[in-house]
Amino acid sequence: MSGKIRLIDENGLRVDGRKPNELRPIKMEVGILSNADGSAYIEQGKSKILAAVYGPREVHPRHLALPDRALLRCRYHMAPFSVEERKSPAPSRREIELSKVIKEALEPAVFLEKFPRTSIDIFIEVLQADGGTRCAGTTVAALALADAGIPMRDLVVACAAGKVDGVLVLDLNDLEDKEGEADLPVAYMPNLGLVSLLQMDGLLTIEEFKQALNLAIEGCKQIYKLQKEALKAKYIAIKEEVETCLQS
Amino acid sequence: MFFFENRQIVTPGDLLAEGDYIAGNNTYKDGFRIYASRLGLVEYEGRTVQVVALNTVYIPSPGDQVIGKIEDLNVNGWVVDINSPYKAILRASDALNKPFRQQKDDLTSFLDIGDLILAKVLAFDRTIDPILTIKEPGLGKITQGQIVRVSPAKIPRIIGRKASMINMLKRETECKITIGQNGIILISGPSPEHERLAILAIEKIAQEAHTSGLTDRIAEMIRKEKSARL
Repeated sequence: MSGKIRLIDENGLRVDGRKPNELRPIKMEVGILSNADGSAYIEQGKSKILAAVYGPREVHPRHLALPDRALLRCRYHMAPFSVEERKSPAPSRREIELSKVIKEALEPAVFLEKFPRTSIDIFIEVLQADGGTRCAGTTVAALALADAGIPMRDLVVACAAGKVDGVLVLDLNDLEDKEGEADLPVAYMPNLGLVSLLQMDGLLTIEEFKQALNLAIEGCKQIYKLQKEALKAKYIAIKEEVETCLQS
Repeated sequence: MFFFENRQIVTPGDLLAEGDYIAGNNTYKDGFRIYASRLGLVEYEGRTVQVVALNTVYIPSPGDQVIGKIEDLNVNGWVVDINSPYKAILRASDALNKPFRQQKDDLTSFLDIGDLILAKVLAFDRTIDPILTIKEPGLGKITQGQIVRVSPAKIPRIIGRKASMINMLKRETECKITIGQNGIILISGPSPEHERLAILAIEKIAQEAHTSGLTDRIAEMIRKEKSARL
């Protein structure tokens, strides 16, 4: 199958002109929904994702409440218009899996034990999908959690690595994911040096796996810097505005 | 060893200090390292390291004055929304000043659903919902004024160091300002125009809570607005 489409050209560049270890352009913004307690938006290449966080709040239905910690719930959803062929808005098998996987990637970062008998609800809405949405979804959900003022051990960043046309690459897009040989999404907590999500699809040798994992972690560290900037941006903008006001 | 300057913005997971320090608010300790657990401004004071959060949820604490809304009635009291993850309980016997008899006393004649109350948190811990009291002077049903909501994280800034900000606000706007620790503020003044001015000032404080020289700037703003409006 991969023989039909060339994913790496003669100059060693990928279908969208990137080098193998290059991320897609990323744009992040925090606090864009006023109804939610915390929210964030990310554009990673052509993928566009919105995340909203509500809580800690009362658990509904009541019987799900945990006596010793908060209940973290996550809904990953793709809008019907997010892909080329209309996607049914009902949650698919894949979306249910990703909701669970993202929840479990974020769980170790949140101080759930500080809010017993409550729930923290995360909604991840994919507006446009072009590969890497589980990773971008995790990244943006962590931002929304921090924006909601929920105490966390660290931010969670996720990034995928993989293999296309025999070359290890970082941050796969949709075409590379579908036509390539392997995909390895990783969620990482950079300050703690812990991996909270690791999945693999396709075939890699043990040596390639190790390299791909390191590549993905390097990618996470790059995104982490952007994530921190995005969190601070809202407040720094106000601060600068005030300072320029004072000077004039 | 400190890794940031005082009052610099930090994000969750930032390493704030390493060594023999005390982990204050919104931080956590792992061995000899202190990390931030919330987005906020870092403060190093002596041996303590703390983060002044930019956004938080209200977690009740005994002794806090709060403003709440009656949400429901049950057999022996009211359920009150206090802008917190936990619903508060106000017991009928607390509000009635006499023994409460279920058959005879009609709770809605004292407080009805939708009423706002100024109350104090009597008790709260991880296992029980917060219990309120209105038995002290000044507490009870709110009958007049306007309400502003801010993030509970901004309340200390609105009060200011040694209440400097709130005293200035009261003096300049001529309004009575009652602060609920849960981020709800009651304002009642001589005219709606005075109240609007106070609301404007409070919203500006919440917006610019993380900047310095705020008290003077707000005072100036109020004086300017006052001459324009009143």
